[in-house]
Amino acid sequence: MVSTRPAPELPPTRTSPRLSLPKAPAGTVYRGHEGMWSWVLHRITGVGIFFFLLVHIMDTALVRVSPQVYDGVIATYKNPIMGLGEMALVAAIVFHAFNGLRIILIDFWSFGTKHQRAMFWTVIVLWVVVMAGFVPRQLITIIEEFPR
Amino acid sequence: MATTIDAPRSAPVHPNRRFNIEKWGWIYMRVSGVVLVVLIFGHLFINLVAGDGVRQIDFAFIAGKYATPFWQIWDVLMLWLALIHGSNGMRTITNDYVVHPTANRLTKYALVAATAVLIVLGTLVVFTFDPCPANGLAANLPDFCKAVR
Repeated sequence: MVSTRPAPELPPTRTSPRLSLPKAPAGTVYRGHEGMWSWVLHRITGVGIFFFLLVHIMDTALVRVSPQVYDGVIATYKNPIMGLGEMALVAAIVFHAFNGLRIILIDFWSFGTKHQRAMFWTVIVLWVVVMAGFVPRQLITIIEEFPR
Repeated sequence: MATTIDAPRSAPVHPNRRFNIEKWGWIYMRVSGVVLVVLIFGHLFINLVAGDGVRQIDFAFIAGKYATPFWQIWDVLMLWLALIHGSNGMRTITNDYVVHPTANRLTKYALVAATAVLIVLGTLVVFTFDPCPANGLAANLPDFCKAVR
């Protein structure tokens, strides 16, 4: 956004050039808006998913040690805290997936660049829809597993 | 070396270089991303939503999935695409935040090492998987192992 306001008048003396700077960055279309927050969330979810992936490959590799060892480690995943962790993992993956598709549309399609803001809110809506389906399903699993 | 960012529209650093690895890295992130959306959403649905959800997962469940090559190929594709996608993303983040040259280089060496080790490990696990191993107790093995033994 280009401001059309006239520039503030400088004090007449050159010895004290005191400019009144804005307290918050003004006139940017990026900072503090959808573009920035989608970038921040994409990074945070990406790092989280990466470290989960490292652990997940190693726990799955235990199927080559013995069935008992694998089942023992997987059993520790089946407590309510890990169940909630899985919910957070799925939430991160679903956001990263939809926002990644949004990034591709911005890169390859002029419509995408123009409507990146609307697409961010579309990502959020799709994320809410998918999570509205997954969260109850996962809660049922957590509750059914809990007494054991 | 930490990445420096040139001014927009400045001349390319290597004007005669035919193969630009950063361009292919950029393309890889998008192509693998699209494929991973399908692979991971399918993976999550089969393992966490369908049937009994996450509590159905045990050795016998894996044995059932790996009884056909379909899920073996699915999982190996996911392994390679996701790990390279993830470590390349971590490389971008490393270049953004790890400004000390030695720390930057060591972080990226660690990423390459972790990626290489886990890709080899995961690929071997999937393709050498034995649904009825000799050290398996009957309680943990899938039912079809009774017929094999």
